[in-house]
Formats: sequence, C-alpha cells, structure tokens
Amino acid sequence: MEKKLGIYICACGGNISDYVDIEKVKDAIKDEDCVILAKTTMFACGDSNQKDMDADIKANDLSGIVVASCSPKLHLTTFRGVSERAGLNKYNYVHANIREQASWAHSDNKTGATEKAILLVKAAIAKARLAEPLVPFKIKSQRSVAVIGAGVAGLKAAIALSRMNDEVFLIERESKIGGKLHDLDTISPEQISGKELLSRLEEDLKKEKNIILLTNSEVVGNSGNIGDFTLTLKISGSKGETTKEIKVGSVLVATGFNSYIPADGEFGFNQIANVITLPQFRDILRNADSKKFVLNGKEINSVAYIYCVGSRQVKGENKYCSRYCCTAAVQASLDLKKKYPDIQNYHFTKGVRTYGKQELIYKESNRVGDIYIQFLDKKPPIVTELDGAISIKAGDLLSEKKEIEALADLVVLVTGMVPDKDPSVGSLFKLPKGRDKFFNEIHMKLRPVETVIDGITIAGTCQGPKNVMESVNSALSAAAKSHSFVSKGELELEPIVAYADKSSCNWCNACSDACPFNAISKIEAEGKEVASINKSTCKGCGMCLPVCPTDSIELISFTNKEMESMIDVLAQ
Amino acid sequence: MDKRSAKILVFSTEKISDPAIDMAGLLKLHYPPQVFTISVRCSSGIKPKWILRAFEKGFDGVFIAADGSDCSYGESCTEKTGVIVEKTHIMMKEMGLEPSRLRMAALCSVCSEAFVKQIKSFTELLLKQEN
Repeated sequence: MEKKLGIYICACGGNISDYVDIEKVKDAIKDEDCVILAKTTMFACGDSNQKDMDADIKANDLSGIVVASCSPKLHLTTFRGVSERAGLNKYNYVHANIREQASWAHSDNKTGATEKAILLVKAAIAKARLAEPLVPFKIKSQRSVAVIGAGVAGLKAAIALSRMNDEVFLIERESKIGGKLHDLDTISPEQISGKELLSRLEEDLKKEKNIILLTNSEVVGNSGNIGDFTLTLKISGSKGETTKEIKVGSVLVATGFNSYIPADGEFGFNQIANVITLPQFRDILRNADSKKFVLNGKEINSVAYIYCVGSRQVKGENKYCSRYCCTAAVQASLDLKKKYPDIQNYHFTKGVRTYGKQELIYKESNRVGDIYIQFLDKKPPIVTELDGAISIKAGDLLSEKKEIEALADLVVLVTGMVPDKDPSVGSLFKLPKGRDKFFNEIHMKLRPVETVIDGITIAGTCQGPKNVMESVNSALSAAAKSHSFVSKGELELEPIVAYADKSSCNWCNACSDACPFNAISKIEAEGKEVASINKSTCKGCGMCLPVCPTDSIELISFTNKEMESMIDVLAQ
Repeated sequence: MDKRSAKILVFSTEKISDPAIDMAGLLKLHYPPQVFTISVRCSSGIKPKWILRAFEKGFDGVFIAADGSDCSYGESCTEKTGVIVEKTHIMMKEMGLEPSRLRMAALCSVCSEAFVKQIKSFTELLLKQEN
C-alpha cells in the first residue's frame, strides 16, 4: 500500500527560518512521491502544532510523518509520541535535522543552508516511504542510581532519590561530604550558614535507608548503557586502595565547580599584599579577631571589592556571569560590617546582579553606607600601591566616565566559578561541554538536566554557575529524571535488530565472528546451514552487515533500500 | 553543483559522532553546506556497497566518523571499521576511483572542532584532486 505522508517544517521561532527559507523548502518537497500534506510551523514542538498534527493524521489517514526541525536528540521522542497518540505506529515517524545540521551549521550561507535543508527533508521522506511499523523491546533496569559528588546538589539528589525508594550510591572523592558548603558563610537570601545547611542535610542523610555513602571514592571505569551501567570505583582507605564494581540504572553527575583563581598581577593579585580573592576573604573573616581586623600587620579600615573577576570577561574566555558572586560579595561585606561597623566598603561593579529576593541585601548594603561604583568595560579598575594603602582607580559610568579613585586597606577580588579542574568524570562518561566549558544539558529549557548520553543526568554547578538554591532545584530535577529511568524496573528499547535472509545465506561463520554479543548461531533451514540472529541479544550495532559475503543480513530501519534511497536523494 | 565546495557524505553514529556534529552547529562552527550526514548505529556496520553507491551517484568524498574507543558496542569497533575502509579502498582502486576519496577518522561525542577541521581539510584535498 502506498504511504500517505505528512511533512512539517519548523521555523523554530527564527532559529531555523532566519537562515533557511522554510517556505522554499516546503515548495520543493510538497510534490514528492507519497507526500499529501506539507506545512510550515512556527514551533513544531508547541502544543498547538501537536494538536494540528494529531488532527491532520486522523483527517487525512496519514501513514507516515516527517518533521524537519532540531536535532532528533531533542524532539524525536516528542513527535513519535504525537504519532502514537494519533494512532500511528511511532516508527513511521522520521526526523530531519535542519537546525543543528543546516540553519545553525551554515548560518553564514543562507542559500547553502536552504538547499541542504531541502535535500535533508527529501532524504527523510525517502526513508519514511520505506519505514515499517515496529514494536519496541523491553529490558530490565537496575533500580539504583549513582550520584557522583556529595556537595549540596549531590546530597539533595541522593536524599530525594532515596525517598523515592531507589537504591543510591553516593560517591565522594574527598574524605568528607559537603563540598563547597564547608567554605560558605551566610547564604543569601535564606540567611543560614553553609555549616548549618550541611548539618541539616547530614541529619536528613542519616534517616535515609537506601543510600550507600562511599567517601574517598572515585569512579574510574564505566561500561554498559542506560538501565544497566557498571561503574568501577577506586576507594582509598587506611589499608590502601581497593576497587569495587557497582551496577546502576542511571548516573547523576554533581561534581561541582572551582573558584576562579586570578592570574599573577590581575588587579594586583599575588603582587600587592592585601589583594585577595573572595573565598580567601571569607576564610580570613571567619577566623578574624572580634575587636580589630588586622591583615598582614595592617589594620583594615576600608575594603574595596572588585566584581566580575574571572566572569563576564571582555578579553578573557569566561564570557558568562557566575550568578552567585554579586550576592556573595554583598553578603560578605555585610558580614564584615556587622563584625566591624566602622569599616567603609567600596564596591567596584559591572552592574550589581543581586536578582530576586537577593535584592534585599543590596538594599541593606546601601542603607549601611556602602559605596557602589559601576565601572566601564573600557576603564576597568587599576590597582596600585600608594603610601602604604591600595589605590583603586576606575572609569565611573554614572559621572560620565570620570575617573574615580578609592583608597583601601584591603582589596577583595570577587571571583566567579570555573569548571571543576578534575576532568576525569567528564571524560569517563563523554559528557559534552558547552562554550563555557561546563557540562552541557540537552536543552536549557526543555531538557535541562539530561545529557546526550542516555541515562546520565547533571545537577548543580557542574552544569554552569548557580547559587545554592538554584543548585538544589537542579538537583531535585535531575533526581526526578534519573528516577524516571529506573523506577519502572524496565525500559523500552528500540527494536532495531539485524535479520538474515535464509535463502541467500550459506553459513560461513563471518557474521557470528563479527558479533560482539554472541547473538548469531548456526541453524538448519531450507535444507542447508544458515545464520539465525537472536532478537533479544542482538543490540543492533550492525557489525555483522558488512562482513557477509552474500549480503544476506539487513538491519531494521537501516536496510539497503532505506540507506540507498537516502544516498540517492542526498546526491542530487 | 557548487564547485567551490566538494560534495561529501558523512556516515556518523547516532550516539557518539552525531552529538559532536550537532554541537558543531550549536557552536556555529561553520563548514560547507555540501556536507550531508546519514546516521548509522555503529561505524562498523557500514556496508562498502553503500559507500560505492555514494560515489556512483555523484558524491566527491565519503567520510566515516568512527566511534573509536568510545563505541558503546565494544572495543572492536575501530578495527572493524578500519577493515571496511581497507576493503572499500581495494574495490575503489579496481573501479578506478582514487582511494583517498574515502576517509575515516575517530570522532568522540564532543569532537565538534575536530569534525569541522577534518571536513575542511578533506574538502581541500578533494578540490585539489579535481583540479
């Protein structure tokens, strides 16, 4: 029976249509064989379009769908779902990636991007014409999750998973849990200290029965797939190192961040005494004498804070905002003021980002008499020694670029976040990184805690700068997602397996040798020895395909016909 | 066909190199739009006849983005993909096709820059051969 195909070409709100002429794409494909409906849409993934697709499938009795939009990593499942809900077999849906592989990749060449998009859609149509309805396989999933990193995100995620009755392996490379919470003083806007928060979490952790805490432990090996990962751990103990293997259905990565360390001479760092970073400042303040604030033999009466050190860089690589540092600096200056009310604070900022409720502490800071100077990118602060004090000069935005100078006894460099310096977890799981070098989610809004590696989620600051509250939110979200992978105890797998044509096969053993999963065996059929492929052990890699001397093996969904029809179209 | 660029077919794997190629787009690392990707499950499952078909139908080059040691189907992947390339090279010679028109390189899931670099140098090579 001839297929009846419906084709949807997505504008992605301009992400595609700014570079690819989607009306031209539609016109180019609307008369292709089997195509009975072709539409452009502003957002193919939007509710209204999904409803339209549902209605179109039913009204036109469509037997196949193609959506040309973003990467299939993002929305293949979405549109398979739409097809299924409308009564189609979901494997009659074919995806064409005209965003990551056309509009964005060729945003420098609109004609080229449009021509490529046309061929990509035509190739998807060619495949859709041949697509067969299939029934997915089910596999067992381990009811357990590995959480890597026991900072605030890892702890919160582990507790949440345990409460959902998943077995949790909480893996921490240090000897104690808590991560950066140990170094945090007042957390804003909650106004509790890092230590208090940690002790609350430790109390919660003790109550959980499903968490196995492994400190001094590092993940050194990883094999398997979603539902069934085997992780090798290296555990250091008093008796030396041991290794341990654990089996989990999902991995939640919460490996955290490092604080930016300024280069020698960056705003006088490591060159002028009493120029320190914010983490150093908090540490010194915590342990300082309660009457007089003395550092390096000098009594401190005034402090200058330079914001955005290592973040929002004009010249450097770190273009991103580290989100937490404005609030952390304002809070630290208030803590200082509380301890020593006579100290004068000067804040050299690039515009204060104490967003949301954190605005309250900025207001308080202004009330107690702190002075804020917003400097210009072109005239950033220059820090020099001057008569036993430190001079900070910067171009001031509010006084029409006039240079403003402050004298201070101490300069605090408000340093931002950089990715964890230990790359081992990222490279072990092959986690993609974004332009900011932090781990990358699939989609900032639509799939914010998933990675392209099935079954692996990310939480907290390993994904990008976040404050404590935001880290906790992302941890709970990642826990819910990881839980969804393991909760049912089984996962649906694609029924993409190989099959042998018994009439042309003359058993030669080559396919069986090539198969890494022992899925192929010799059987008697049609009066000769032929290959038989076990559907439940075949993983669908296709390694047996090219070794067959008689080309008797095909892989479902990647058959000769499908591949060749796509090659033919793309060659046009 | 735009002769300033060579027409290249890329066989890429769903789990490993597709994300790298997608990310090249995301990062707007531009490469010529005459480069088309067909996804496969594993690079060691590519049939030589598909490669030859691509040449026959007019592709200037075929690029195999191999999984390398990252392949989720096992360590033998690179070696097996290598054998496919070797076998196809022999067939290409017999057919009078320049074997360098088929290239293979291992690409990991974050190797976006490597992909673009490979494609650019492959394009240059193919264009040089034409002249």
